[in-house]
Amino acid sequence: MADLEASLLQALNAQECIADSGEFAKSAGVDHMVLVGTIRSLQASEMIVAEDIDHFRYALTEESQGYLTAGSPEAQVFNAVTPGEGITLAELKAKVPGEAGDVGFKQAMQQRWLALDKAAGEPRVVRKVDSIEDRTQALLADVAAGREIPKAEADNLAKKRKLIKPEQWKTYKLTKGAKFALERKKPATDLTFDMLAKGTWRTQEFKDYNFNAFGVLPSGGHLHPLLKVRTQFRKIFTQMGFEEMPTNQYVELSFWNFDALFQPQQHPARDAHDTFFLNKPAATASDRGVPADYLQRVQSVHEVGGYGSAGYGYSWKLAESEKNLLRTHTTAVSSRMLYRLANQPGGFKPAKYFSIDRVFRNEQVDRTHLAEFHQVEGLICDRGLTLGDLIGVLNQFFSRLGLKKLRFKPAYNPYTEPSMEIFSYSEQLNKWMEVGNSGMFRPEMLRPMGLPEDVNVIAWGLSLERPTMILYGIDNIRDLFGHKVSLSMVRKNPICRLGL
Amino acid sequence: MPTVGVNRDKLFEKLGRVYTDEEFDQLCFEYGIELDDVTSEKEMLRKELASAVAKGGDAAAEAAAASEEVIYKIDIPANRYDMLCVEGIARALNIFRGTQASPEYRMADMAGRAPLQMVVKAETALVRPFVVCAVLRGVKFDAARYNSFIDLQDKLHQNLCRQRTLVAIGTHDLATIKGPFTYEALPPEDIKFVPLKQTREFNAKELMQYYLDNDQKLKKFVPIIHGSVVYPVIYDANRTVLSLPPIINGAHSAISLDTRDVFIECTATDLTKAKVVLNTVVTMFAEYAEQPFVVEPVEVVDAFGNKAVYPDLSYRSLTLTTDYVNSLLGLQLPGPDIAQLLNKMQLRAELGADGKQLSVRVPPTRSDILHACDVAEDVAIAHGYNNIPRRIPPTCTQGRELPLNQVTEMLRAEVAMAGFTEVLTWALVSHAENFDNLRRQDDGATAVEIGNPATAEFEVCRTSLLSSALKTLAANKDNALPIKLFEVSDAIMLDSSRSVGARNERRLVAVYCAKESGFEVVHGLLNRVMEVLGVPHKDEPGAASSPVTYHWSPSSDPAMFPGRQAAVFAGEAQVGVFGIVHPEVLTAFEVPYPVSALEINLEPFVFNQMYESLLEPLSS
Repeated sequence: MADLEASLLQALNAQECIADSGEFAKSAGVDHMVLVGTIRSLQASEMIVAEDIDHFRYALTEESQGYLTAGSPEAQVFNAVTPGEGITLAELKAKVPGEAGDVGFKQAMQQRWLALDKAAGEPRVVRKVDSIEDRTQALLADVAAGREIPKAEADNLAKKRKLIKPEQWKTYKLTKGAKFALERKKPATDLTFDMLAKGTWRTQEFKDYNFNAFGVLPSGGHLHPLLKVRTQFRKIFTQMGFEEMPTNQYVELSFWNFDALFQPQQHPARDAHDTFFLNKPAATASDRGVPADYLQRVQSVHEVGGYGSAGYGYSWKLAESEKNLLRTHTTAVSSRMLYRLANQPGGFKPAKYFSIDRVFRNEQVDRTHLAEFHQVEGLICDRGLTLGDLIGVLNQFFSRLGLKKLRFKPAYNPYTEPSMEIFSYSEQLNKWMEVGNSGMFRPEMLRPMGLPEDVNVIAWGLSLERPTMILYGIDNIRDLFGHKVSLSMVRKNPICRLGL
Repeated sequence: MPTVGVNRDKLFEKLGRVYTDEEFDQLCFEYGIELDDVTSEKEMLRKELASAVAKGGDAAAEAAAASEEVIYKIDIPANRYDMLCVEGIARALNIFRGTQASPEYRMADMAGRAPLQMVVKAETALVRPFVVCAVLRGVKFDAARYNSFIDLQDKLHQNLCRQRTLVAIGTHDLATIKGPFTYEALPPEDIKFVPLKQTREFNAKELMQYYLDNDQKLKKFVPIIHGSVVYPVIYDANRTVLSLPPIINGAHSAISLDTRDVFIECTATDLTKAKVVLNTVVTMFAEYAEQPFVVEPVEVVDAFGNKAVYPDLSYRSLTLTTDYVNSLLGLQLPGPDIAQLLNKMQLRAELGADGKQLSVRVPPTRSDILHACDVAEDVAIAHGYNNIPRRIPPTCTQGRELPLNQVTEMLRAEVAMAGFTEVLTWALVSHAENFDNLRRQDDGATAVEIGNPATAEFEVCRTSLLSSALKTLAANKDNALPIKLFEVSDAIMLDSSRSVGARNERRLVAVYCAKESGFEVVHGLLNRVMEVLGVPHKDEPGAASSPVTYHWSPSSDPAMFPGRQAAVFAGEAQVGVFGIVHPEVLTAFEVPYPVSALEINLEPFVFNQMYESLLEPLSS
C-alpha cells in the first residue's frame, strides 16, 4: 500500500497531472478500487486534488455470456432445425431446452427464419431461409470487446432482451494538492515523551481532538451518598458546639429505650409489631442495667406520679423493663447520657449532645420503610432553657441545611412536652413539609434521673435517609440503603453541600 | 396517630361556619391536629375497589350508591381520646376559637332516686376484674349521631383499649333491661344467649368457635378470654345477657335509632383506663342527652361489698405559677392572659391574689394532662407556637466527635482513596447468611437473635460484615470487573461482660471481585490501612519502639480458601482475617467470580497520639 501511495505521489510529482487514475491503476497492476482508497486518504490530507471522470459502458449479463460462443438463442434454434423436413416442436424443445429454446423460437419466427408447417397432421418447424447471419452474437461480441454498438440495437438488447446491462464508474484526474509532498506526515494523536526528548513536537502535526466526547473517568473509589450527608451533619453539629454520644450499641434495655422516657408499658410502640425483641440476649437483670434507686423512682413516676405529675396509674412490671431489644431510637442513648450527666462526679454540668446512628423497627420493608435506618438527634441540657430556645436552635440548625423558613405544629410524644413537629417551606414543591420532631423532655423523665429542677432539655430528631433522598433525587429508600443498592448510584453522586 | 373520618358539612354545621380546605388545614395546624385527606365515602369505596378488583360487581354497585358527601380525615394526637369523634373535634375547636364556652360536665341529681347497681362477683378477678358503668338519659339519636357513637367505640377499642385487651365497651338500650345488673365470670358452657347479629342462641364455648371459624373481625378478640376457665358476662335482673365482654353484646339489649336511655358498661383489666374510656364516651354523647352534659351515675358494688359510683366526672385541680409557664415557654405573659389562653384549651384557670398562682381545673375529658408542663403546652398552643420569640440558647460547650467515629471517618476516606467504593448494608441478616453460607458454625454464643422478626430476612444481627459485602456483589454482577467494595460499620456480638449482654464492634470489610482472585490486592489494602493507622509490621525496622504492631500468619477460617488465607494480629490478639473467599461460600451467595476479602476489627486502633485507647463504651 505504502508503495502504491509512494509511486502515485512520484508519478504526480513527475507529470504534474495524472489524467486518468484508471490508466494509472492498470499500469501499476492494481485494482482501481484499491487505488481509490489511497486517493481518498491523500485527498483528505489535502496532498492531492481529484476530479471525477465519469465512465459508461454496457456489459454482458450472465445469460448472454454463454451466447458468445454458443450463438444467440435464435441462431441455436435455427441450427437445430433439420434443413428440409424440419422437426416437431417437441423435438426442438428437446434440442434447445429451457429459456433459450422459447426465446430463440420466438425471435427466429419474428425474423422469418423459420415457419410452422401444419399441412401434415402434427405441425413441424421448417427453415424458411437457407442461412442466417447471427447479428445478436456479433453485437454481444462487440460489447464484450468494449466496442460501441448502435444506440437502437443497444437499447433493444438492454431493455427488451436484457442481454446487456449498463455500467457506470468513476476514475479520477489527479493533480497536486495544497499540501503535496512526496511523503505523507501522519498527524500525532498525543504528545509523547519521545517528542519532548527529540524536540519533534515543534514540527509535529497533531490530529484534531474530538471535543464532543467525554474523558476517561478516574478509577478511584467512591463514598456512599448517605454517609456523605452524615459527614456534613456531623460537621454542622460539632461546629454548633455539640458533643457526639457513644451510640455504638444496638442492643438496648427496654428500661432505657422506653421506661426511662416515661413511655408507659402498654404503649403501642412496645408491641412486638413495632419493636425487635431478642431471644438472645433476651433480658438484662435490672441490677446489672440500672441503679436500684433510680429504677424505683421510675417505677413510681409511672405508677403514681410525683414531681408534680399524676403518673399513668397502672401497675408497672419490672420484667417488662428488663426485656432486651434493638433500640427503636437513639433517644435510648440520650437517656443514658442524661442520667450520667445528672450523676457524674462534680455534679451537673450543661451539655449539648448529638448522634447519628442506626435504629430498628420491626416493619415490613417498602418504598419508604426499612427495618433499620439512621436517626439524627440533637439535644441541649441546661438550666432555664425555654421553648423559645428550642425554636431558636432549630432555626439555626435547619438554616445550615438550607431550610430557612420554618413553622411549628403542636404534636404529641410520650416523653416531650411541649412537643413540636417541624415544618419547612419548600420553594420547589410550593408547600410545607414535615422535616423533624422536637420538644422539651418531660419532668417525669428528667427528675427521677436526679437532674436539678431548673434543668430543662430541648431536643429534636429527624431521619438521615429522608433529606438524603430529597437531596439526591432517590424515591425508593431501598435504592439508598442495603445490599441491593446499585453501585453506579454510589459512583455517580455529587458531593454533599449541606452546611456550606 | 389515630385518624378520624368526619363528615365535613356536619363538622362545619357544628363549627357554625364554612371553611375552605386551606383555612381548615391552617386551623388544624394551629391546634395540633392534621387534615390528612379530603375524600368521600364514594372515593374511599372506589379506592378499596381498586385494591380488590376481584370483588366484582357487588362492590362496584356499592360504590356507585355511596355518598358523595365530603369526608375530612383528621389525624388526632394519640393522647387526645376526647377528639376521636366529630362531637369532640368540633367542641375542642369551638372552644379554641372562642365560639363556645367549655361545658360543665356533671352528674344527674339523684335526690330521692337510687342509682342503678352493678354487682361484681369475685370470680371476675380470674379473667377481667373491673367494670364501670353510666347511663345517658333522653338521648336523641339520628343516623349521623348513631354512627358517630359506634365509630367512637371502635376508635377507643383500637387505641386506648389496646384492641379490647385493656378495656371493652358495651352499650345497651336501658328500656329493654332491668337493674340491678351483675358482672360475673362463668364456665363458657353455662353462658347462653343470642348474640348481636345472630338469630339463634349459642353457648359461649360454641360461640367462640363460631367466631374463630366465621368472623374475620371478631376472631382476633377471642384469644383474650379463650384460655380462661371462666368467661366474663353481664346479666340483668331477669338473667338476660347484656354482653360477653370483650367479645360481643347480646342481641336483646341492642341500641337503635329509637333508643333514648343508654346504659354503658366498660369491663377492663386496667381500672384507670376503664374510667378514661367511660368518661370519654359519656362526655362526648351527653351533648345529645335530655339535659346536655349531665350523666346518670351507676353504683358498682365490688366482691367485697365496697361501693363506688361511676363515672368519675370530678375536675382535677392543678396548681402552678405564671412564672413556671413563662420560664418554660420563654414568654412574659401576664396572669390574666394566661388564664384566658387556658380557657381556649378547655382548662378553667383561676388566678390567685398574688397574680401569679394559677389554679387550673382539668375537666374529665382531658386525661392527657398529667403535669404542669402539659398545662404550659396548652398555653403555648393557644398563644401560637409560631408567635413565641426565638432565642439562641446561651449554653456554651465545646463540639467534639466520638473518637471511634472520627477514626471511622478518616479511614473511610483513605480506603476510598485506595480505589474501593463504599457500600452501606443492613446489620440484620438471616441466620443462614451469617453462618451456613459462610461455612461458619453457630456455637450459640456468638450472634444476637431476634425473637419476633417480621420477615426471615432479619433473624440475627450480623457478627461479620462479609456476608453483606458478598450480597452486594451478587446484586451487582453486571458491573465491569474488577469490583472493589468496602464498608466500615458495626458487627454485633454476644458479650456477657457487657450489662446488656452484647456489644457492637467497629469493623472494616473490603472485597475484590474479578476474573482472578486478587488475593494480593486485599493483602495490599491491609498493609496500606495499617500504614495510614501508623501501625508498623512487627518485623519492620524500628517496630520494636512502637507500642502497637501488626502481622499476619496462615489461618484456617472456613469461609476462606485453604492455603490462601491469613489471620491478622494486633500485637498478639487476632483482629481479622484476609484471604480468597471459599468457592462454596461464593456459590451460597451466588457470586460467579473469584473474590478476595479482608475483614478487621478497628477498635484496637482507636487511640490518640500517645497510643491511649479512646473507646468509650456506653454500658460497661
